Order: sequence, then structure tokens, then C-alpha cells
Amino acid sequence: MRGVSGNRAGRLLRRAGFYLGLVMVLGVFIFPFVWMVLNSFKTHDRITEYPPVFWFEPTLGNYRNVFQQAQFFEYTWNSFIVSFGAVGMGMVLGLPAAYAIARYGHRGFAFGVLACRMIPGIAFLVPWFIVFRMMGLLDSYVGLILAHLVITVPLIVWIMIGFFEEVPIELEEAARIDGCSRAGVFLRIALPLVRPGLVSAGILALIFSWNSFLFPLILAGVNTKTLPVLVYSFMTFDYLDLGGIYAASALITLPVVLMVLAVQRQFIRGLTIGGVKG
Amino acid sequence: MTARARHAQGGAWRSPAPGLGRWVDRHISWFFILPAGLFLAAVVVFPVLYTGVLSFYRWSGSATAAATWVGLSNYADVFAIDPGFRNALWVTAYFTGVSVLIEVILGVGLAQMLNREFIGKGLARTLLILPIAGTPVAFALIWRNMYNPSYGIFLWFAELLHLPPQRWIADVVTVIPSLILFDVWQWTPLIMLITLAGLVSLPSDLYEAAQIDGASPWQVFWRITLPLVRPTIVAAAMLRLMDSLKTFDQIYVTTQGGPGIASQTLNLYVFDQAFQYLNFGYASALLVVLFFVILAGNLLLVTMRRGQA
Repeated sequence: MRGVSGNRAGRLLRRAGFYLGLVMVLGVFIFPFVWMVLNSFKTHDRITEYPPVFWFEPTLGNYRNVFQQAQFFEYTWNSFIVSFGAVGMGMVLGLPAAYAIARYGHRGFAFGVLACRMIPGIAFLVPWFIVFRMMGLLDSYVGLILAHLVITVPLIVWIMIGFFEEVPIELEEAARIDGCSRAGVFLRIALPLVRPGLVSAGILALIFSWNSFLFPLILAGVNTKTLPVLVYSFMTFDYLDLGGIYAASALITLPVVLMVLAVQRQFIRGLTIGGVKG
Repeated sequence: MTARARHAQGGAWRSPAPGLGRWVDRHISWFFILPAGLFLAAVVVFPVLYTGVLSFYRWSGSATAAATWVGLSNYADVFAIDPGFRNALWVTAYFTGVSVLIEVILGVGLAQMLNREFIGKGLARTLLILPIAGTPVAFALIWRNMYNPSYGIFLWFAELLHLPPQRWIADVVTVIPSLILFDVWQWTPLIMLITLAGLVSLPSDLYEAAQIDGASPWQVFWRITLPLVRPTIVAAAMLRLMDSLKTFDQIYVTTQGGPGIASQTLNLYVFDQAFQYLNFGYASALLVVLFFVILAGNLLLVTMRRGQA
């Protein structure tokens, strides 16, 4: 009897220990987010106080400052155009390619697409900068969307290969027998069936396009700057507004958090494309 | 004229358009990859080749001054005399090697810990994705501020742990460890979530057998779990290694390669050569070298995966 209750106490203790550990681990990984949100409600002077303050009178001033800058909405708009443009174009280019790879092979091509993901952005940037300048594509939406396609196309292709492979081939064969062309099978049978995959691939590509900093840093100008470049420029201004930086960082991260909630599982799958099956 | 040729000719003569349509449809897969293929040729293959050509020139990128042919002299500079390149190579190896190693060890450990049923598992997974998904520039700005040598919260953490005060990213010695800590924070969850997916799919009968044989949890981990998930871990580590070589935003925003050049990785060095000093020819030569580094890494990845299969 004593043995059993001892065992039970031990189990409870181990469980408590596990949850304590869990909270600590999550706390470490979440802390910068918490700190970001806290500091976004502090004044500049409060942020630079030492030792750091955890309890304070919150202010909305930082957010008000960010919103009052006309540029903020302009750059948000730019970010939307570029991300959605790159995802939309990425779908047009990527979906047929993903279907062809899933159904007809073309493995070599698939790895060519994957290689884009392995090459550092800076490697594209030098030749792009020169060519874009010649063609007048610097500081244009077209140029930025072209650049961001290098991010979205590999993601979309590699995620969608998996979804197209899961479409039952019998359905496609039946449509063929009924006289549907191969292109028709893709458009009328396969595409409607992979709609859930389409959503997660799109959201994933959107996140990475939204986050992109290096390409717009060089290729965008006053007219097309995106949010990451704006947030970065907050730091390099002569006056340094820490509250503004924290508020803008929180604002730029918010849509990403919402999108992550929507795609959870596909997220890891998307990041490990071609590397790990997961 | 053979029967088949006659037939083909006849078919073409009767109705050329449906014949063409059928030909297109039979080879439709090529038409499906054509748009993406053309895009890749224009935006990826061409720039890579262009970089190769440019690496034999000296050019300030000016639209009026022409580029001068200098042969292999850019490459000679890269390998023979450039201390900036050597520094960048060392910084890259240090940053990448140590951060990936720590991420793998921590990630596998945490995956082992979380591989059980518990309340809030889905929430935990979501929270752990956030460091991976969030905007790198925003994080970098926050970490930069947390590392501030006069009031940053890391000063306070060090004080709590009774560590001597550090200057974090403001000191040549601690700048790379500080960046590694940032990278470990951001990417350990990735290794962990991949490993966790691998752990979940392991067969349970082996564990039952081990339990019957009275194996200790430690033995089970080393003798059963680790060998079984090793392919997943190796693949995750290689993936992380390749991605780590691409790191730019995080370092550029926090330190811009400084103090001095103490945290200048190859990416940042090329960026500076091209867009700070406008040495486009020299930057191109550096890029070609970087390509070969990455190509070698990828070949290693492919061979290792073949070896496992």
C-alpha cells in the first residue's frame, strides 16, 4: 500500500517537474515576444532604464507615432502588393510545374527549383541590381515581385508536389476516359482537389515574402520600400525612437503570428522541403 | 511511304489544329514546367552566369565607366592577400559550426522531453514555431536592444546569474557568441519540431521489448531512440547548416559585421564589397567562391542522404 502511494506521489512529482520544465523552455523561447510587446507600451526613457522595468504605466504613444507617419501605411501597402504579387505569380508559375513533377517525373527540374532555396540571396542581388538598373526596374513593384518569386516559387512547387501526389490517380484516369484532355484533368480535377494545400502553400510563401529584407533593402527605393526596410530605417535615423522600433516590430510580426496559427503543421513541412520528410 | 507516315500525314491534312492540340496535350508536362523553367533561367541561371563573367572584370558599377578586364586577378586577390576574406571565412565557419552544433544537441534533447502526451501540446508547438516564422528584422532589432551594453536586459540576466558583466555585441570577443545565442534561440525549435515528428513515427514494439528487458531510460535513448531517429537528425542538421550559411538579416541588423569586422560573415563581406565599396567585379569573384562552398555542402548533403537510403 505504501509502495503504491509512494509510486503515485513520485509520478505526480515527475509530472509537476515536467510541466515546470515545459514552462521554463517555452518561457525562454517566448520571452523576446513578451519583451517586444511590453516595451512597445513603454516610453523611450522607460525602455532605457536599468534595471529593466516590468511594471509600468502603459502608453499608446508609440503606436500613435507609428500610425501618424504617413509612410507607415504607404509601406504597409507596398509590402502587401509585393507579397501578394509574388505569391500570386508564384502560383501561376509553380502550380503547373508542381503538378508536372508529381505526375510526370521531371526530377531534375525539381532539384533545380530546390537549388534556388540553397543559394544565399546576396548571390542574386549583385547581378540583379546591375540588370534591373539597366532595365529601369529598380524601385518598381515588378522588380521586387520578380525578386521575391525566388522565395515563393520553390516553396510553392515543393509543397504542392506532395499535395498533387495525394490526388487519387483513378479520378484522373476516369476523367481521361471520359474524354478530358491532360490539361483539363489538371485544371478541373487535380486543382480543385488540392485547394487545402493551396491555402497553406500560399500562406507559407506569404510569410517568407513578407519577412524578406535583403532584396527590398537594395532593390526598393522611396516609392516601393517594404515594412522590414522601414522598421530597419527607424534605427538609423539621427534620433533613435526605441518605442517606435518596438511598436513597429510588434505590428510587422502580428500578421505573421496570425498566419502561423492558420498553417501550423504545413509550416515545418514547408521549411524542410527536399531535406526531410515530415 | 510507310503506313504510319501516311497516316500521320493524312491526319495532319484532315485537321491540323486538333492534331497540334493532341501533340501539345501529349507533351503537356513540358508545357507545365515551361513557365517556371523560363523564369528560373532568366532570374537564377542567367544572373549566376553573369556573376561568373563579371568576376573577371574590375568595375565600380558606374553606368558611365566601362568595366576593365583583369583576368584572374580578382581570384588571386581573394586567395592570396585579402585578409577580409580570411576573416569572413573564419567568422562564417565559427558562427555556423557552433550554432548548428548547439541547435542539434538542444533540439534533440527538447524533442525527447516533449515526446509524450501532455496538456497544451498543440499550443506549445505553435509557440515554438513563432521564433522561426517571425520577421527576422524585427527580432534582430529587439535582440540588438536586449544586448545593449548600458541598459539591455541581458546585462540584468547576467547579474541575476552572478556572471561578470558582458558587453555582448559591443565586444569583439563576445559578439559571435552573442549572435550564436540569438541564432540558437531562433532555430533550435526547428530541429526540435523535425526530430519530434521523427520520434512520433517510431515503432512502439521496440520500446515495449526494452521495457520488458528492464532497460533504463538512458539505455533506451542511446541504444534505441538515437539510432532510429539518426537519419532525421542528420537531415535536419544538414538543412540547418545550409540555411545557416545564408544568414544575413539577423547579423546585418544587429552588428552590421562589427565591431570592426569581428562578425563579418561571407554574406556580409560580399554585401559590403558590392554595395558599400562598389567593387562589383571583386564581389562577383567572392560570390563564385561562395557558390563552390555551397555546392560542396549540397553534394555532401546528397551523398549522405544516398548513404542512408
